[in-house]
Amino acid sequence: MDKNLDRLNVYASRLISQKEYFVPGHRACQGCAEALALRLVAKALGRNNVIASATGCMEIVSSPLPLTSWNVPWIHVAFENAAAVASGIEAGLKVLMRKGRIPPKRINVMAMAGDGGTSDIGLQALSGAMERGHDFIYVCFDNEAYMNTGIQRSSSTPFGASTTTSPAGSVVPGQTTWKKNMPEIAVAHNIPYVATACSSYPFDLMEKVKKAAAIEGPAYIHILSVCPTGWRLPPQMAIHAGRLAVETGMFPLYEVEQGRYHLNIDLSELRPIEEYLKIQGRFRHLTPEMIEQIQQRVGEEYEKLKKKVRMTNEGQE
Amino acid sequence: MAKPEHEITWKELNVGCVIDEPGNAAAYRTGDWRSQRPVYNKDRCIRCGTCYIFCPDMAIKILADGYIEHDLYYCKGCGICVEECPTDAITMVDEEE
Repeated sequence: MDKNLDRLNVYASRLISQKEYFVPGHRACQGCAEALALRLVAKALGRNNVIASATGCMEIVSSPLPLTSWNVPWIHVAFENAAAVASGIEAGLKVLMRKGRIPPKRINVMAMAGDGGTSDIGLQALSGAMERGHDFIYVCFDNEAYMNTGIQRSSSTPFGASTTTSPAGSVVPGQTTWKKNMPEIAVAHNIPYVATACSSYPFDLMEKVKKAAAIEGPAYIHILSVCPTGWRLPPQMAIHAGRLAVETGMFPLYEVEQGRYHLNIDLSELRPIEEYLKIQGRFRHLTPEMIEQIQQRVGEEYEKLKKKVRMTNEGQE
Repeated sequence: MAKPEHEITWKELNVGCVIDEPGNAAAYRTGDWRSQRPVYNKDRCIRCGTCYIFCPDMAIKILADGYIEHDLYYCKGCGICVEECPTDAITMVDEEE
């Protein structure tokens, strides 16, 4: 118990830094929880931070050409190479510091992309950067489809969701494949830190980002960002939906430090998945059998995760 | 930003589309997207700051005494602060012409 005491923090929303590194005036939709997640990430990382951003919602809303919402160095790169550019920045900074061109200090390098830019298009660049062991943070803002081009399915779209390229009809009931387990792919690279977070749990999210920044070597954070437009939700429900995703077990919050799993929100009993599905228009067409199928799969995945937590922590406590 | 966005031509842009003024989007008014406006009741506020941390548009300012103020220049009227407020100190009213 004693060794975990340093993890105990007292939180109050009004005590955190009021300095914003992602400024207002960005053009995200009403109630965009992805913009909120980005704001919290930028706040947690602070000033000494260089960001490489892949194409996606957050690139478009934050940098319409003569304007930028960023108070830190930020570069927009193509869809597939955010991680490659971030590794270049990290290597460049290292060389410049070694040659004495810039004073040596700790500068965080962050790559950010949406779920399409991470699990579909940018996967090989990300895999390469994690394998080479660059000291950077990769943040994936997962809103479960290609939202900026108008809600097309990605490999991160959950089963049953209706999008414009997986429309629900009488023959095909929306997305037919299950969500790609991107954090597990990152874990498989044996990197020092992998975590999942959600903007509905802001302190947990900020703590994970700070931890990722402090750790040497690659760190991967997967953030579930509710998209009211694409999920067909009223905008004020964005935070509530994120909370439900965690409480139903659809998106468990956990972190993997040096291969050891830790569940951040450990629920003894999950809420029925229906509560999460029924508030979203993209799941409107689901039949009770499909809901039962999703419930079963979510239960299995959660059990699998709990098993990993038990296995990797055996004999450690 | 010295000039309004629509008056800037391509000749005035930097080579490589570099923006050398950080955070200049703050001049852009997103408040006119709003169809409903938040109304704050100071008497019910317990100064928890929940609305501040959940605002995606940084439109809530915490004042020195801990109470809050909505910045209607940026508020897009999403209603997250109303939904998340534990004491219902904020309500939405329709924006009038």
